[in-house]
This record gives sequence, C-alpha cells and structure tokens, in this order.
Amino acid sequence: MNIAPKSSFVLSQRHLLGIEGLSREDITGLLDLAGNFVDLNRQVEKKTATLRGRTLMNLFFEASTRTQASFELAGKRLGADVMNMSVQSSSMQKGETLIDTAITLNAMRPDIIVVRHHASGAVELLARKVDCSVINAGDGSHEHPTQALLDALTIRRRMGHIEGLTVAICGDILHSRVARSNIMLLNTMGARVRVVAPSTLLPTGIERFGVEVTRDMREGLAGADIVMMLRLQKERMNGSFVPSTGEFSHYFGLDEKKLSYAKPGALVMHPGPMNRGIEIDTAVADGAQSLIREQVEMGVAVRMAVLEALSRHLPNA
Amino acid sequence: MLVDRRRPPILLANARIIDPSRDLDIAGDVLIADGVIREARRGIGAAGVPDGTEVVDCHGRVVAPGLIDMRAFIGEPGAGHRETLASASQAAAAGGVTTIVCQPDTTPVIDDPAIVDFVLRRARDTAIVHVHPMAALTKGMKGKEMTEIGLLKAAGALAFTDGDRSVTNAQVMRRALTYASDFDALIVHHTEDPDLVGEGVMNEGEFAARLGLMGVPRAAETIMLERDVRLLELTGGRYHAASLTCAESLEVLKRAKDHGLAITASASINHLTLNDNDIGPYRTFLKLAPPLRSEEDRVALAAAIDSGLIDVIMSDHNPQDVETKRLPFAEAEPGAIGIETMLSAGLRLVHSGELSLIKLLKALSTRPAEILGLPGGSLRSGAPADVVVIDPDMPWILDPTELKSKCKNTPFDEAKMQGRVVRTIVVGRTVYEYV
Repeated sequence: MNIAPKSSFVLSQRHLLGIEGLSREDITGLLDLAGNFVDLNRQVEKKTATLRGRTLMNLFFEASTRTQASFELAGKRLGADVMNMSVQSSSMQKGETLIDTAITLNAMRPDIIVVRHHASGAVELLARKVDCSVINAGDGSHEHPTQALLDALTIRRRMGHIEGLTVAICGDILHSRVARSNIMLLNTMGARVRVVAPSTLLPTGIERFGVEVTRDMREGLAGADIVMMLRLQKERMNGSFVPSTGEFSHYFGLDEKKLSYAKPGALVMHPGPMNRGIEIDTAVADGAQSLIREQVEMGVAVRMAVLEALSRHLPNA
Repeated sequence: MLVDRRRPPILLANARIIDPSRDLDIAGDVLIADGVIREARRGIGAAGVPDGTEVVDCHGRVVAPGLIDMRAFIGEPGAGHRETLASASQAAAAGGVTTIVCQPDTTPVIDDPAIVDFVLRRARDTAIVHVHPMAALTKGMKGKEMTEIGLLKAAGALAFTDGDRSVTNAQVMRRALTYASDFDALIVHHTEDPDLVGEGVMNEGEFAARLGLMGVPRAAETIMLERDVRLLELTGGRYHAASLTCAESLEVLKRAKDHGLAITASASINHLTLNDNDIGPYRTFLKLAPPLRSEEDRVALAAAIDSGLIDVIMSDHNPQDVETKRLPFAEAEPGAIGIETMLSAGLRLVHSGELSLIKLLKALSTRPAEILGLPGGSLRSGAPADVVVIDPDMPWILDPTELKSKCKNTPFDEAKMQGRVVRTIVVGRTVYEYV
C-alpha cells in the first residue's frame, strides 16, 4: 500500500549534492513528503512500490553505520533493489578509484547512487561522470544534505515550524559538513543560527554565513530553542585543535548546567555517533529534552522522500 | 638553440615600437640582421634596408622585446610525459616568450653542474627559444645543505632556488645567502611556511569555508618573506621572492626595498588575473601553490606591477596531466600551465585599465632580463633579435586542444581573450607565426 499521496512536488534538480542551491519551496516540499513516510514507517506494512525495478547503489568511501543503513532501509521500503559498496581504498589511489569506480558502476545502469567520500567536492566530481541521479551522503567537510533535512524534519514535527527559532550549533564547525548544511538550510527557512566553538574549530569567514558567532556556551545558548551538538573527531582532540578532551568538554561539552542556559525545555540534537562525556553528557543525551533517537527515525523518512523526489526525474518515471 | 647568422635580414615595418628598457612607445620600423636588432626608429623604410631583406608589414601592431619567463616547471629530465624542453619551447614561442628560465625540480634535481650542462645541451638541440636553468639552492632541494653555487653558476645556472619548496631552516638560508653573495649569485625563494600551509589547499577565507576546504593563511607567505628580509639585512646579497600573492607581502617588500636591500619579486600571471572565487565548483585547474587569493589581493598585486614594486610577471608554468588533476580538489596536484597564455592574460589588465601596455611588457621582459643579467628585454641597437609582434586587440577564445603544451591544465579553459602574439622571433629567426 502507498499512503504517500501523489503530490505534485518536483525537486528543482536531478541530483542532491547539497543544501546550497535548494530553495525554500524545495526544502518544504521534501519535508512534506518525508512527513508522510514517517507514518508509513510506523505501520506494520512498510513497503511501497514507488521504486520497484529501480536500482539504488550505496557507495561509501568512508565508513558509516547509520547513514548507510538509513539509505538502505529507505531504498528497500520504496521497493528498490539496493546494493551496498564500501570502498576502502588505499590512500595512494583514492582519486583514481573514485573516477574509475564511478565509470564502472555507471556501466551497470543504476538509477540512483548514494555517495559518501572523505574529500570535499568528491561527490560533485563523481556526479559529472555518471548518467543517473546522485545523492551526497557526506563529502569531506563540505555538505551532508540529508542530515540537515532530517534535522529540519525533526525540528518541524516537534515545534511546528522552523522560522523564527533560535538554533545554536556547537562544537567542531571547522570540519563539519553537518554544520555547513544545517546553517544553509536553517537560514533558508528563516531560523536564527548561532555557532559556538573554540576559535581553532571555526573556519575563517564563518561570520559571512549569516550566523552569530560566539566562543562561549552561556552566551551562545542563551534563549536558544534548539541546541545542536557536533561530533569532535578523536584525532582533533589532543593538542592539535583543542588541548585535551577534558578542557574541551569543560568549556563546550553539553551537560545539564550548560543546557540550563538555553530556553526552558530547549531541545537537544546530535547527528551521531556521540562521544558521550566529551561533547555531550549521557544525562543530556538520554534526557527528556533529547531528540537524538527521533533524528534517526526521521532519517529514514527523509531519505525515502529524497529518493522518491529524485525518482520523478528518472527516465520512464 | 643554434644561431644561424646567414639568415636574411627582417624589417618589421609600420610597427608601434614599445621598448620598456628606454620607456619608448613610438611608431616606426625595426630592422633585424645577423641575429641582433640593428635599428628601431621612425622611418627606416623599405628603401634603406639591405637587399634580400624580408619586409613584414605590421599594420600598426606592437613590436616589443621577446618575453622572458622567469619561472617555468618543465619535466625534462625525468617527467617528459608532462613537458619536454621541446614542447615547452613550442608553447613559449606561441606565447611570445623567447627565453624560458626552467626550475630545478626535475628528476634528477638540477643540483649538479653535469645536469645544468645536460639541460643546456638538450635545449640547444631541441628547443626553439632560449632556455636557461635555475639550479637547486640546496642538495636534492631538501633544504639542508647548500649546492655547489660557484660551480653551478659557472656551468650556466642563472639563479638558485628550491623551486616550489621553501627552505624552512633559517640557518641554512642565512649561510646560502651569505655564500651566494660571494659569487653575486641570485637566490630565488618560494616564500610559504609549510607548517602554516598544513592541510590547506586554497586561500583561507569565506570561499574555502563554503567549499569545506582547509585554508592557507596569507601569513604563511608573509612570515617567510619577513624572515628572509631579516636574513638579507644580515647577509647582503641578491634575493628574489619567487611568487607573491597578497597585499600584506607587498608591505614587507616595500619596507625592504626602501631600506635599500637587493630584493626583487615576481607575481604569477594567475594571481594577477584570477581570484579564489574563480575556483567555483572545485575546479582543480585553479588549484595553485601558493593559492589564488582574494580580489582585493589581486587588485593590490596589479597596482604593485604598475608602481614597479613587484618587478616581474612570470607564468609559473606547471604542466599536470589528467591523472593528477581529475581528482577531488584536496587531492589534486597544484599548478597550471601558462607560458603560452601569459601575454594574452596579461592584456586583460591593460584592457581593464589596471596597467599600461608598456608596464606590462616591462614586467615581462626588461625587468627579468635586468634581474637575471640576460642580454634581452630591449630593442636597443645590438640587443639580441628576440622580438615579439603583438596584436593587442584581436579577440579569440582559448581552445585547450590548440595549446602546444603537452598538458592542458589551463585555468583559462574556454576563456574569452583579447589580444595575442602574432609573430615571435628568436635570434632573428621567426619561430612562431599566427595565421
């Protein structure tokens, strides 16, 4: 059965490479579509036939558990044949592997390829070499559009709207594709965005992204409706960007005390996987204000919406 | 290249003669014979030339000294698939460049007099323009021990540089500067602190932040330049900053020049005509080291050419093949070809009103000749007949497949150009003619 109504929504582009370039209408259309899939996913019978006969390839050059699983489920629930490929390439030949793999896979005539890669811009490069639709599942420090969409869906379902909310994004902004995609999406939807991080983890020029920048959690969280924490990669913790995990967590780790600076009942988000006790305390992560598990649930629905929207561009759709 | 002195004389008639070495910009004729400029003045006319002279009507086009490209990376020896001396010289001739100064980062590195000799002989046999190598400043370009500066210079090395690497050890740099000054040898240095460059792949700033690419701060360049200036105050000697890119470096350079230090500097044609915004959707052909900077920096560099603060425009010609460029931006090799398009790209600055034609040509010919001690860069009587004829206005679109260079990694891919070289003459011989 298919409870998703045949909305007339058509995404303005053939690929989903980033939030950049999406209009407010595109985002709203995707979130509306995703909302329907949330209900479907809570039923016993979760399958539709929208993508029956279509082939979805998950091409992951970087290890991932939840994003890959989420895309796999999304594809299967829409009736597509899903193939997972994890390419653990040697550090020497990564680039050649990327182009060669793209050309090889393209010859197998997939309909949609989902790509994650450790280098910024790699997904766009790959998209230029293939005939099918390409979805960016995270490229380097550049973009992670489906994460931003699932965050937006989570917020919208809980708060009823995004416009006018104050969202504080905290932690390693410099290396975070999640932060970039979220900043663009939230700005497009009319939210007020703050970034909170030590200066070593802020990119030069961040103030030109239309965000308020602060190095202080109390100031950054004051009056915030949503507190979005980011993952700090292990290799950046000890001395290179911050002195130690202890000092980082002292100043930037979200515990109940820091959360109390935000609006009463402010909601807490994290894209996962979490470093408990470093950027977020267990009490907060598992507490009443946490949306973290709901984010994962919304992830499947959003990816189904993206797959369905892109499939409307496919030949014979 | 071999000089044939029996070649018939050439009269370049009805030309606009621009000789930056004399601040000359007049209408007239240029007579070339026996491999040298005989005369460049008004009214030589066809009547006053020797029998058998080839008369070329220039129809008012510009005749200027051939360009001298102070910084070109060529693959020979060791990477002939990227560029050979022969292919580079073909590209140079098509770009009006009559002298190439090649860099020592070959395989093996040009750090031994025998390799200098090899390059000079190979160029003589295969190249159609002059080629002079720079030698490595340190053995193997490893930044640790200085090379045989005296013997290398005697063998024909024009200057000493570690190519696109910086000598990070200040003591090594100090000793090299001191020792080189005994031989009046020029040291050319790439000023970029590799630790500050770190993982950076483009200019640090808003565009890098948006693309999710790590940035290279301007300070990486300025700090190294500042260090070199302090060392130069200690040591004396002649120093040339290989490729400056930002406004802050210009302040350092100006202060050093005002103090009377023997310091000169280059900027690449890329940094004078492009900025970091041109990288757009991860265009790896615009990945350079040092990186393209902001538009404000570009404007400041152009003004510094106009004022003479920066002495030289060079191509930074760096052929990279498809395998090293068709990669994600951070993983691609830096570098762009440029020797063939340097003049046309430079004319953008003239057409935009940022630079006069004579100042452009001065930075492309007269100044590098003076700094390197080469006889070219002038149309004086007796100067070598290395001459370029330029149509400064001809519109054309750059088709990379028509480029002579073995690699096609041009940042001006499909770009609209205005002005081009129509004839290049080296030692009295026409080596390129646009038809």
